[in-house]
This record gives sequence, structure tokens and C-alpha cells, in this order.
Amino acid sequence: MTATVTPATTSEGETPEDTKSPAGKAPQGNRGRRSVPYLLTVGMLAGLVVICLVSAGIGAYEIPIGDVIASAQHRIGLGGAALDRVGESVLWNVRFPRIVLALIVGASLGCAGALMQGVFGNPLAEPGVIGISSGAAVGGVASITFGLTFFGSWTLPVCAFVGGLITVFLVYAMSRSGGRTEVVTLILTGVAVTAFGGAMIGLFIFFADNAEITQITFWQLGSLAQATWPKVLAVLPWALVGLAIAPFYSRKLDLLSLGERPARHLGVDVERMRVVLMFVTALLTAAAVAVSGIISFVGLVVPHLLRMLAGPGHRFLVPGSALGGALVLAGADLTARTIAAPAELPLGVLTALIGSPFFFWLLRRTRRKQGGWA
Amino acid sequence: MIRSLFAVRHRELPAPVEPGTTLASAEALHIKLGARHVLRGVDIEARAGEVVALVGPNGAGKSTLLAALATDLTPDAGTVRICGKDAGEWSAGELALRRSVLPQAASLSFPFLVEEVVRMGRAPWNGTALADNDDEVIAAALRATETTEFAARPFSALSGGERARVALARVLAQQAPLLLLDEPTAALDLRHQELVLRVCRERAAAGDAVVVVLHDLGLAAAYADRVAVLHDGTIAAEGAPAEVFDGALLSRVYRQPVEVLPHPRTGTLLVFPERG
Repeated sequence: MTATVTPATTSEGETPEDTKSPAGKAPQGNRGRRSVPYLLTVGMLAGLVVICLVSAGIGAYEIPIGDVIASAQHRIGLGGAALDRVGESVLWNVRFPRIVLALIVGASLGCAGALMQGVFGNPLAEPGVIGISSGAAVGGVASITFGLTFFGSWTLPVCAFVGGLITVFLVYAMSRSGGRTEVVTLILTGVAVTAFGGAMIGLFIFFADNAEITQITFWQLGSLAQATWPKVLAVLPWALVGLAIAPFYSRKLDLLSLGERPARHLGVDVERMRVVLMFVTALLTAAAVAVSGIISFVGLVVPHLLRMLAGPGHRFLVPGSALGGALVLAGADLTARTIAAPAELPLGVLTALIGSPFFFWLLRRTRRKQGGWA
Repeated sequence: MIRSLFAVRHRELPAPVEPGTTLASAEALHIKLGARHVLRGVDIEARAGEVVALVGPNGAGKSTLLAALATDLTPDAGTVRICGKDAGEWSAGELALRRSVLPQAASLSFPFLVEEVVRMGRAPWNGTALADNDDEVIAAALRATETTEFAARPFSALSGGERARVALARVLAQQAPLLLLDEPTAALDLRHQELVLRVCRERAAAGDAVVVVLHDLGLAAAYADRVAVLHDGTIAAEGAPAEVFDGALLSRVYRQPVEVLPHPRTGTLLVFPERG
């Protein structure tokens, strides 16, 4: 992920110097705006390292940050020293898988949000808001209720993926008319799809036994508490494939913001790109939902903030949102498990608490800019 | 994935063409939108070095014809050929090197800067040797449309007429030999209407084919080499403005008495609705 961020930003950073400025005022404005992605990338990376270290140290069993680093050095054979048996076990079997899982889920949600907004040409599109997460959750719950195991530990992600994929195409087909997606239609479609998803989940819970109900409930609240390395491995490939494909479509997403036809006039095979990106979005959403249930608003807030800071160019926005999502979710998970210690807030509840007001503000702002919905 | 990454390098670049070569043509073109027959047997050609104006009343099929030449619409009957090949035989990327299209209304989903919008016009050349000229081409396109001073502003902060000019700058930056412009002057003031049509003439003089939908018949008379008058999905008349702009014909097509007279000094045709 980092590797894809850096070249994009440097290549953009070079341009102002060797451009014979096309416009009198352009260079200052552009230089300011173009160095922002670079600073943001560095800032977010630094933040990520700090949060990971703090997160690894804090908890019921305190481990000083120095010891965390020493243990990590020891494991990869760069000196350092191992901790005692308990410390080593807490760090490597409980904390690190949880942190890695938070990074995967956050990066997937952030990136999926940026892609959705680009594909729909609408800043309010997000897997949670328009019902994709709900669709993936139906798939996930179904696999728990029916005790499906055909793919071993991959069963739940596969079912979540299928559920997400069906929903993404459904929402897309229902909310577009005449090559445009109207905000109202999009949100209402999301409401309808989420309601239907809720009904399906209710139905599955009705047929589930007690143990399954407990499992479903915990999963649905959105939590990373049950993180283990096998869980990480079950979703890592999905997330990686999605995150790897996404940046290749950055330029085309820029062109798509001109509209469907103009994008085609500029050589974009719009239909194919749509299908690929919906697939990628479903993949990323499924990866996130499969381990952590529905965690909403990360995909909405992160790309939006980055767009405000660094401009709407997708070459930064897509990888940047993945990085930002990882940062936000790692931070949120740290907060969720420390703020009410020794109890633990469900992560999905925390992000929804913070995200909903933001969504409200965004809705108001978009409405003001468009002068109403009608 | 990998193939689409490198596809650009295998793309066949358009060869330079002789003036007068047909770059786009429609033959016996029929197009149905919904239940309505919008075009009913239209034949038209756009040749290198020429400005062709499409005029006619609202709903006559001008924009539909332009969209068909842009290969946005599939003909229900008849053919559309671009640069000698059937429209369906080109890939999206190859077409982008050959024809550029100015839509009637310019929209943008996210607040890109004007310069970034114009730079999008260079996308088809990405990965080719000509991409090295991007900055000069963009600067020239901004100058030609008098939008240089907005370059660092967000597109969304511009007025309707300014947006229309930026959209045109993007189309010019694409440097395709066939330009299809749908009402490029609709939102513009007097000065910029003239400017846009002068730009069309310059592009034609440089060897491009320009097809432009116009409502102002005076502009069409002054700047077009050929005019096609559309009426109810067919071409009612086609030829040089002096041949086509005839009071009786225009009065019939527009259902409004029209007077055509030569300018006392230049001789260019002036078209007026008859007023009491």
C-alpha cells in the first residue's frame, strides 16, 4: 500500500517545477495542493506506526513500548530480546493479530468508500450507507446459521462476498437512471436494501440456535476482539487483491467524474471499469464485514476528509483512503478497548457514534450546495 | 489487468490525413429513441479541413446525429464510419485518439481544478510519445479559450459560460482530428461566441474536421463551410451557407417567417426572424 502511495505523490510533486506554468496564477495554487498528498502520506504513516506501537503496549497486561520494539526485533532476527512467556504470548497471539486485523479492515473500508464515491460520482456513497455491508452481513449470518463449512475458515468471507456482490449490483441497477445517480435515489435504495437485509438477518436468527445467536450478535456489533492469526489469513488475500487492483483505476475514476459519456469519449471502457470496480468493492467490503461485522462510516469519512485536504484526484485518494482507513480503524479499536476498560465497547458502535453526526453534516452541506434534492 | 495496463502502447496512432479526407460519415442513418424515430435516413460527411454546422429547430435530431457520429448511440439502421472504419470496430481508446466530443452541458462530480479538468483531455495520449507535449498543449488550449486566468480555480466555482469554455479547452487538448461540438456557444457572450467559432476555423485550417451544432444561423453563415439543415429527422438541405440559407426554406423548417439578406459591407448572409 505504501509502495503505491509514494510514486504517485512524487510524480505529482515533480510537475510544478518542470512545467512552464500554463497559467499566471497556477503554480502557487498547484504547488500548495500538490505537496499536500506527500505530507499527508508521511503524516498518516507516522501516525500508523505510533498507534500500532501504543496499541501493542496498552491493555490489561501493560507492555512498555521499548519492550514491544525489542520483541519485534527479536522475532525478525535484528537483536532485541524476547519478553517473558506471558508477555510474548499476549503480544503475538492477542495484540498483534488484532492490530493487523484492524489495519486490514480499515484499509478495505477506506478504499472501498473512495471507489464507491468515484464510481457513483457521489460523495455520499459508502458500503455501509448504501447497503452493501448489510448484504455482505446477510451472507455472513447465513453461513453461521446454516453451519456452512465448505471452504473451511474461508466460508464466512466467501458468503459475505457473494452477499455483497449481489447487493452492489442490485443497488447500482436500482439507483441509476439516465447515466446519473441521484442522491435521493441512492440513499433511499440504501434504506430499502438495508431494511431487506435486516429482515433476512432477523429470519436467520429466528431459525438459529442459542449458540449461533450469540455468535451472530457479537459479530454484528462489529468487534475485533476475537482476532486470531487464522482469521487474519482468512481475509488477508481478499483485501490484498482488492487493494492491489484499486489504484490502477485511479486515472479512469478521475475521468469518470466528467460523466459517463465524456469518460468514454476519452477512451475509458466505462462498462468494464464499472464491473471490475463493483467486484473490487464487494471484495473489500466482504473482507471487512467477514471479520468485524458492520463497521459503518469509515468509508464515508476518510475519503471525504482526504478530498477536502488534498483535492479530488484519485491517484492519491484511492491509496490514501486505504492508509487513512487503516489509521482511523486502528485508532478507533484502541479507543474502543481502552475507554471503558476493563470492559470493551463494540467497535461498530463507536464508529457509528462518531460517524453519524459527520454524515448528517455532509448531508446538509450537499443539500445546501445543490439547493435541495428535487 | 496487465493487458489493459500496456494496451496504450499497442494502440495504433492516427496517421495524418490529406485535406478533404472523410473523417466521419453517416449513411442512411436511422435512430430510434424510445418509440420516436429521431433520425430517419440521414447521410452526412465530415471532411478534414472543413467546418460543418448542423442547424434546425428544437427536436429536429441535431444532438442525436452528433451523438451517433460520436458513437454514443448505436444505429437502428444504416452505418456510421469513423476514419474509414465502421464505428463498432474501434476500441474506446482508439476512438479517443480520433474524435473528441463537447457535450451540451458540462458537469463534474468532484471539485477538480480547471487545469486538472483540461489535463483530463490528454488522457488518451497517456503512455504515447505525444504525452510529452501535455503541458504545452494544455497551455495552448487554455489560451485559445481565454481560460488561462481560471486555471488554478476549482471548476465548480466558475459561471456557466466559463465552464463551457473550460469544457471546450478540454476538448481542444484532446487533439483529435475530428471535433464534435454540441452547442458550444449556447452559454457564451458575444465575444466568446465569436472566439469559439474562430477556434473552430483554426482547427479546420490545421486540417481537422469540425462538426458543430448551432442555433445562431448568423454564426453558421459566417463560419461554416457547409451547413446541414435538419428537419424532423431528415436533412432538409445541405451545402454552402449561400446555397442553403434561403428565406422560404428556413421559414418552412422553423415555422417562423425568416428573412435572409447579405451584409451591406462584407456580403456574409444575415438571418433574421421577420418582425412586424
